[in-house]
Amino acid sequence: MTMTHAQGAKRHSPPPAWRKPVLMGAPLVLLLVAFLVFPVGQLLALSVYNGQGFTLAPYAQLFASSLYITVLWITLKISLATTVVAVVAAYPVAYLISIAKGPAKSRLIFWVLLSFWTSFLVRAFAWVVILGRNGVVNSTLMSLGIIDTPADLLYGFGAVLVGMVHAMLPLAVMTMLAVMENIDRTLPRAAGTLGARPGTAFWTVYFPLSLPGVAASAIMVFVSAIGFFIVPALLGGRKETMITQLIIDQVQQTLNWGLAGAISVLLLTVVLVVFLLYDRVFGFASLTGESAVVRNRDTAMRRLGGRVLAALGSVSDALIGLVPRRHPLRGRSERPVALTAFVWLLLVLISLPAFLMIPLSFGKGGLAWPPSGFTLQWYQQLLDSPIWMQALWRSIVVAFGTGLLSMAIGVPAAFLMVRSQMRGKGAMLAFILSPIVVPRMIIAVGMFYVFAQMGLVGTILGLVIGHTVVAVPYVVMTMMAVLRNYDTRLDLAAQSLGARPVAALRHVTFPILGAGMLSSFLFAFATSFDELTISLFSSGGLSATLPKQFWDEVTLQVSPVIAAVSTGLLLFVATLIYVADRLRRRSLAG
Amino acid sequence: MSSSSLSVQGLAKRYGDFVALAPTDLVVADGEFLTLLGPSGSGKTTLLSLLAGLVPPDEGSVRIGSQDVTYAPPYERDIGVVFQNYALFPHMTIEENIAFPLKMRKVGAAEAKRRALEALEMVHLPHIAGRYPRELSGGQQQRVALARCMVYKPSIILMDEPLGALDKKLREHMQLEIKRLHRELGTTVVYVTHDQEEAMTMSDRICLMNAGRIEQLGTPADLYFRPRSLFVADFLGESNILPAALGSRSGDEVEIGLGTQGVSGRALANGNDLPPGTEVRVMVRPQNLTVARKGGSTPDGLQGRVSEVMVTGSLTKVYMEPLDGKLPPLVAAFPTRNDDDAVRIDDVLTLSWSGRDAVVIADSARAAGTA
Ligand SMILES: Nc1ncnc2c1ncn2[C@@H]1O[C@H](COP(=O)(O)OP(=O)(O)OP(=O)(O)O)[C@@H](O)[C@H]1O
Ligand SMILES: [Mg+2]
Repeated sequence: MTMTHAQGAKRHSPPPAWRKPVLMGAPLVLLLVAFLVFPVGQLLALSVYNGQGFTLAPYAQLFASSLYITVLWITLKISLATTVVAVVAAYPVAYLISIAKGPAKSRLIFWVLLSFWTSFLVRAFAWVVILGRNGVVNSTLMSLGIIDTPADLLYGFGAVLVGMVHAMLPLAVMTMLAVMENIDRTLPRAAGTLGARPGTAFWTVYFPLSLPGVAASAIMVFVSAIGFFIVPALLGGRKETMITQLIIDQVQQTLNWGLAGAISVLLLTVVLVVFLLYDRVFGFASLTGESAVVRNRDTAMRRLGGRVLAALGSVSDALIGLVPRRHPLRGRSERPVALTAFVWLLLVLISLPAFLMIPLSFGKGGLAWPPSGFTLQWYQQLLDSPIWMQALWRSIVVAFGTGLLSMAIGVPAAFLMVRSQMRGKGAMLAFILSPIVVPRMIIAVGMFYVFAQMGLVGTILGLVIGHTVVAVPYVVMTMMAVLRNYDTRLDLAAQSLGARPVAALRHVTFPILGAGMLSSFLFAFATSFDELTISLFSSGGLSATLPKQFWDEVTLQVSPVIAAVSTGLLLFVATLIYVADRLRRRSLAG
Repeated sequence: MSSSSLSVQGLAKRYGDFVALAPTDLVVADGEFLTLLGPSGSGKTTLLSLLAGLVPPDEGSVRIGSQDVTYAPPYERDIGVVFQNYALFPHMTIEENIAFPLKMRKVGAAEAKRRALEALEMVHLPHIAGRYPRELSGGQQQRVALARCMVYKPSIILMDEPLGALDKKLREHMQLEIKRLHRELGTTVVYVTHDQEEAMTMSDRICLMNAGRIEQLGTPADLYFRPRSLFVADFLGESNILPAALGSRSGDEVEIGLGTQGVSGRALANGNDLPPGTEVRVMVRPQNLTVARKGGSTPDGLQGRVSEVMVTGSLTKVYMEPLDGKLPPLVAAFPTRNDDDAVRIDDVLTLSWSGRDAVVIADSARAAGTA
């Protein structure tokens, strides 16, 4: 019956309402203004300002020859093809994951994540080994006697498409999955009780509901593909040059900043047009996994679409009907065997290339297939090389710094986005996510220009800032998803039971959000650890990160040490995912 | 003022333009059991949250004892809250959940465990200490929420429909437990329920809420027999509400005229001081109406034709259409008797009541259904 008056004695006054949102949102906004808006703005300005005054010379140069337009056209063609193939292939994978349960689901996700987080460089380089003159495909075909002389598989459209699809497939699956997981699974079943056969139920109920996911995944893949340069540079020939490579050339070789700026304007315009179209049709909300209502205003199109879907449904039902079923009820299992088999085949295919590096790293014969003998010499060389070791150390430090900084400014912003009702929230979210939209190459070049003036090139701080700019949107997105599922009344309950805010955070909020926060951190960590574009410029000549070192090696002198590095990276990523998953499960159980 | 009394002044909460709680004054005495009653969405949870400090008010103040706690955080208020949605921590076992407030108060682990198990004993769930909230039924979760709130014996407890998910028997048991705790510890309790019977039996006072404001505050008998508005009369139990014209006043009773056929009666003025001739309503509870066959001792009373007879176990209810078509249908209730002379449909009966059992309601505002 006694009440402590000690603390109650001080007179409380209402805190000003504006203070919290500003404190939570300002650091992220400031970071993006200083290191995204300003650098990109600078770069774009360079295309019309040459030090003395206004000029349109770079644009004259841009349109003087057909080169740039041709390259832009090639870029769009490759990106579009990549998008179509990746999205179509990703759909069954994401669908299977969304309906799988328990260990089966974890296993599927593990393999997708493994590909997702295995360095782009390792995966692209694996294709060089597979498709090369002495590569896996050629030597297998020759030993089988199918061909006599090695075929030219590398350096063509096919190789680029394979590499690009391989690079983008995990991203496509993960984006689609975010939407599919939110589809109420009782709906197709409800359709079943209303008389729809399984095929019809899928095509007329589930598929339309999953379309926002398909759209989100398509645009993510398309925009990433446009700004991607690793695959075309390693696997493509002259005819597969993409526009980002032209920017690199201008900056690294001819030092023509004006032209680099003009090309960036061109690229950015294309991306913006694509996004505006996307917003017209689907709305941006579907990108953050919020179930968006498809705003399909064109009713004629809708009716046509409806008819096509209904027809597809009847066709699939007819096909399903051809297969005899002994147990009609059990035959209606939610996980068709054929689908499972197909998905696993796909997962094996996308995982395999990186795994080929393991036997090569222990072989005496270098990077030629098949591997011969057993040696640890490549690992020995790797460990003895100060360049590699310093690069590894630098990458780890930068990735940790990026993870911490992204969390420190991204988590409060995510809280703000989910919990406050402030005006302009949509605009702010769009701004926070903009580093994903702006092609990475443009950010990297602009940042390089600004860093050079600030003396940040080649510094750890510069790299951490640069990587945080591109990693923080992912932190905000994953944390928003986590927070949306969190019942804020639990915090209030803890406080009403006597927990001060810090104790409530420690005992209630963080334990429940812990797994989500850890995966956000790992996301930022992995993004930085695999970041090449920004590091390519801003790490400076002598202080390379691991991906930069990897890139320098594969573009200058290919050595089997690369296979050893790749194996190490693969193991590292696999361990990381495994540990994260264990932690997540422990926090769910405990 | 004693340390665990609660008082609010001009307390208000808006969500955008929507007024969840209009400026409200309320005093809950030390050790009182006050129940908030009212239709869904009337602001009960809002008022409770403001008392607990879970949401900041837009205006007004909250005091506990003589302390102004309007903007004090919940953990400085020593208030226990049983949440409408239970709010059990999903990552803690039941025992850890219940021990949580003790841990926050730096109670030793062994002592905390002992008291947590004792609290579980009290809600009849000693066997589930090691389980997680998701492994319990809704009713079990509700009882755990109750145990978690009671285990640290706060001097003020706010409960938001704490027994809503329980069956009748368990509910009655928990009602007794809550009452016992209230009595033994002298806890001040603010209680939300949708169950009128529960409100009537447990409360010292009832606060009936409607559309974000207090409609009437008083003892259960006040609200039941002396409603200040049609809303209150209509919300609590069954009632007969008749249009009437005021006549002359004598003491606290007043003469009333009903309908067009010169029928008159008496009713409590209920604090209304209106001139004769004013149009008002009069409320009589069904069990306070006396019925007699036509030609009985009150020949010029109100007459009605029986339209339905319902025997509800201990009570018999008789529904009637007044012969005067200007008056609304009426219902009377009396103990069921094993009677040959039973009332039948189409019988014409004469109705009467004691002046102390009818009350004048001056309020012309809406009834509960149309609020
Ligand atoms: N966070 C909020 N934002 C907007 N409106 C709210 C919010 N919380 C409550 N309201 C509104 O305020 C009104 C009062 O809500 P409150 O929860 O107090 O009702 P209640 O009396 O507890 O109802 P019930 O008996 O159904 O629990 C409701 O109309 C509700 O929709
Ligand atoms: Mg409520």
